[in-house]
Amino acid sequence: MITIFDYGVGNIQALANIYKRLNIAVRIARTVEELAGAERLILPGVGAFDWAMARLEKSGMRGVLDDLVLSKGRPVLGICVGMQMMAKRSEEGSREGLGWIDAEVRKFERAVPSQRAYLPHMGWNDVEPRSQEGLFRDIGATGRFYFLHSYYVAPKDQSMIHAVTDYGRAFASSVRSGNIYGVQFHPEKSHQWGIQMLKNFAEL
Amino acid sequence: MLRPRITPCLLVHNGGLVKTVNFSNPKYVGDPINAVKIFNEKEVDEIIVVDIDASVHESQPDYVLIRNLAAECRMPLCYGGGVKTVDQIEEIISLGVEKVAISSAAIGNPDLIAEAATVVGSQSIVVVMDVKKVKSRESYELFIYNGRKGTGLNPVEFAKTAEQLGAGELVINSIDCDGLMKGYDLELAKQVRDATNLPITVLGGAGSLKDIAALIEAFGVVGAAAGSLFVFKGSFRAVLINYPSRSEKDALVPHVLQAIV
Repeated sequence: MITIFDYGVGNIQALANIYKRLNIAVRIARTVEELAGAERLILPGVGAFDWAMARLEKSGMRGVLDDLVLSKGRPVLGICVGMQMMAKRSEEGSREGLGWIDAEVRKFERAVPSQRAYLPHMGWNDVEPRSQEGLFRDIGATGRFYFLHSYYVAPKDQSMIHAVTDYGRAFASSVRSGNIYGVQFHPEKSHQWGIQMLKNFAEL
Repeated sequence: MLRPRITPCLLVHNGGLVKTVNFSNPKYVGDPINAVKIFNEKEVDEIIVVDIDASVHESQPDYVLIRNLAAECRMPLCYGGGVKTVDQIEEIISLGVEKVAISSAAIGNPDLIAEAATVVGSQSIVVVMDVKKVKSRESYELFIYNGRKGTGLNPVEFAKTAEQLGAGELVINSIDCDGLMKGYDLELAKQVRDATNLPITVLGGAGSLKDIAALIEAFGVVGAAAGSLFVFKGSFRAVLINYPSRSEKDALVPHVLQAIV
């Protein structure tokens, strides 16, 4: 059973539809009760860091979330801003992150037109996993995923980097720390690569 | 390697999908949700849906339609039409849309761009510029209300303003080329490209994959959007939703691009 945490941010229904098509049980959690029993949790996210954090705090479910992820060790997948919120802080805002991983969120350096690396980083780019297991099983040495962001997660401990992508510089397009997984791209908007990844998350 | 985006742009009018010529004569081409389902199967890079009634009728965006589209799209969705306030933008993003397009409202009140970017992030704010060539002056002019009203503003100058205020993407839509399928206005695209560091998407005029290839050749990583090309087939403009396959798309990416980031 996959539980998608709905705190009013991100593409809940697109994620749920993919799991329904895969015949994998999925539940959308909007209350403490619905969230508390989560076996595997997805933390979606779009928008600005502070906006998403404010909505999460306002949901009143921060405590349950921390308990699930930090104490109970349930697998959690953060998507886009959902991944960024797992870090301690972000250059985009002033609010504190969830602090589940020892990382900061940084802005890409100024766009360099000569390299055609405009900001935001928008579109389909290559994702190279360090291991083709777990989240990246059956995706190949290079997957193509959809990105839409100007900030990236910079983990303190490099071993946390699960996959890298190049955009003017190499950055962590996926991180993993124990039961905590994050992807900067949108698997729910990345056709069969994304569908495979969401399936993998259900089978971890 | 970041790839160019090849993006169908769908217009909604009276609840159905239509395609226009020079922003006029809307022709019915099908049902929006059904079209999205077909584009899912074709693995399109992203999709733009514009409700061309909402801004003209001064009505609220159709949130039910937007919610249904967002749930159906397995690719990123950009919604436009009738968006005037930050509250509306917040609402649309919370329905699961990745990007919100603003045009008339942003041109009338550029601060909307900054206010919206603060709330939902620059990456989700797309500024659409509908542009007509002013033949007598060999320059371009920005239009609002679906091309009905000139503003006297120069799109290149407005592109700079939009970037400074925090827009995340510019869509350059040529009213002159709309629906003609005779190629993009590359000169217009070049003027805007040279003026900003934002990702740009060019719309209006694509009639074949060759036109898209020419755009990518000229600008590298760019958004190539099209309406008619992806909904019509043949010289009689029979309605048939189509889109290049993955190998056809890869063939459009020049080798020079593959060597850089």
